[in-house]
Amino acid sequence: MGLTFAEKLLAFKAGTDFVQPGQIVEVSPDVAMSHDNAGLVIRQFRQIGVDRVWDPSKIVIPLDHRVPAESTKTANAHKSIREFVKEQGIASFYDVGEGVCHQVLVEKGHVLPGMLALGTDSHTTSYGCVGAFGTGIGATEMAAVWATGKIWLRVPESIRVHVHGSFPEMVFPKDFILHLVGRLGAEGANYCSVEFHGPAMAGIGIPGRFTICNLSMEMGAKNAVVPVDRVTTAFFEGLKVTGGKAFHPDPDAAYVREETCNISLMVPQVACPHGVDNVKPVAEMEGTRIDQAVLGSCTNGRIEDLREAASVMAGRRVHPHVRMLVVPASRTVLLEGIRTGVITELIEAGAVLVNPGCGPCLGAHEGILADGEICIASTNRNFKGRMGSPTSEVYLASPATVAASAVAGKITDPRRVK
Amino acid sequence: MKGRVWVLGDNVDTDVIYPGKYLPIIVPEEMALHALEGVDPQFASKLKPGDIIVAGSNFGCGSSREQAATCLKAAGVAAVVAGSYSRIFFRNALNQGLPLVESRECSKRVKEGDVVTIDFGRGKILLPGGEMSFEPLPSFLTEILEDGGLIEHTKKKIAKEQ
Repeated sequence: MGLTFAEKLLAFKAGTDFVQPGQIVEVSPDVAMSHDNAGLVIRQFRQIGVDRVWDPSKIVIPLDHRVPAESTKTANAHKSIREFVKEQGIASFYDVGEGVCHQVLVEKGHVLPGMLALGTDSHTTSYGCVGAFGTGIGATEMAAVWATGKIWLRVPESIRVHVHGSFPEMVFPKDFILHLVGRLGAEGANYCSVEFHGPAMAGIGIPGRFTICNLSMEMGAKNAVVPVDRVTTAFFEGLKVTGGKAFHPDPDAAYVREETCNISLMVPQVACPHGVDNVKPVAEMEGTRIDQAVLGSCTNGRIEDLREAASVMAGRRVHPHVRMLVVPASRTVLLEGIRTGVITELIEAGAVLVNPGCGPCLGAHEGILADGEICIASTNRNFKGRMGSPTSEVYLASPATVAASAVAGKITDPRRVK
Repeated sequence: MKGRVWVLGDNVDTDVIYPGKYLPIIVPEEMALHALEGVDPQFASKLKPGDIIVAGSNFGCGSSREQAATCLKAAGVAAVVAGSYSRIFFRNALNQGLPLVESRECSKRVKEGDVVTIDFGRGKILLPGGEMSFEPLPSFLTEILEDGGLIEHTKKKIAKEQ
């Protein structure tokens, strides 16, 4: 019997030829990422009583969740992280303003194909966009990784998604993955490795793959991956970064579930409150009032996303009753947005620019929703109270749908605006 | 272990268990004051040490924030019994020393305020209406629980290796 991507990679990391789902392996990560919650990791690490981290060159810490610090508590946590980074010789530290951890790790070449990346953020699944195995863990577990360099992982069952066709106008990878999360449900891929295959994948660039792997977390995926292909290779050539190892599943690998999606038949989607799997065609929700529109985050805050939104908004203005926030995923994205004029277009249309980072996505600061307010966002979660008041509501959609809705002042199918 | 139960539904997410605005808090006792605030703002004040949370499927879905497990543990929750768990919450809870039981049946067979007894050794839950079985955790995970969480467990492991 052949092996899936996850089985091959974890067998390699465990130093063996064969593993099977359910088996527990002890492995050492190639990358160990934490963000602002490194403050908590440090606290737990100190309690273990080890003086030095196992390998400072494998730890990456970007500050992104509450940046710049919104409170004294956060400021003190950031301070403790800066001190720790210096003390331990952790070179890969990115201070406030560099961007969202996942975006920064991919665009700076920290994650290569075939790497095992652990992160204290659930959307660490994003790293599958470059053929890596990325999975989220908690802060205490990361402290143990820092101390020992090891973690136990259960070899996951795998789900194979076969994607064919090509996106119709105004339909994007975000619509595809929202559709899939809706189809499988919030628990549909729990503990599983999700592989994306099929002829359509060759036409989806790293940004779209990032969105797909990022959102796979919302169906419970342990990791999600688009195996290495020409798109991946071209991405790393562009970055001038070499290395990594491509793992391709065997043709006779065993999957617990197989799904086929024809993206040619897809329409713009929206995830309705309060579950990411509560997905409907945008057309069904048209006319729903919105108070805020958020474009950005690690899910959809890349230059392609900003451009997509700007093209929908060209010649139009944000509705007077709507606040539209733009949160570039990184400093690199922000600079490119400035250079190419995309940011200017968005600001001229009435949007408000927020510094690169997680911004309002997790409800920590910058764009908190009031009681009863409704937001449409290109982000990744719409749980009750996620962006502020427990009586507020968040709808998730593609950047094009967010932009179309922002100018109309209500949820709008972007195909209607174009 | 014997405790009074609170019954919750499916997909109780980490934002509901521990809202993002409280993430800067670092003291577990303070985290406890906000446990399950998204379900009911008064929930934490109603929780008593030894209480057991019984829920449906996919408990703890969402963020990797371990405060969602820490706040329950610090609030005195003795165990969680759910149909299934989101994988990161599952790890976080055990790493915080919060015992978990996986049972698809339990939430259908109890009502709020019932008193149940969990026998971890035998894999049994004694309900007001009878007994039900569950699959005990593998031994390497019960060791983490018995050590009081991953920090103590890791300390022990390191000491053994030296």
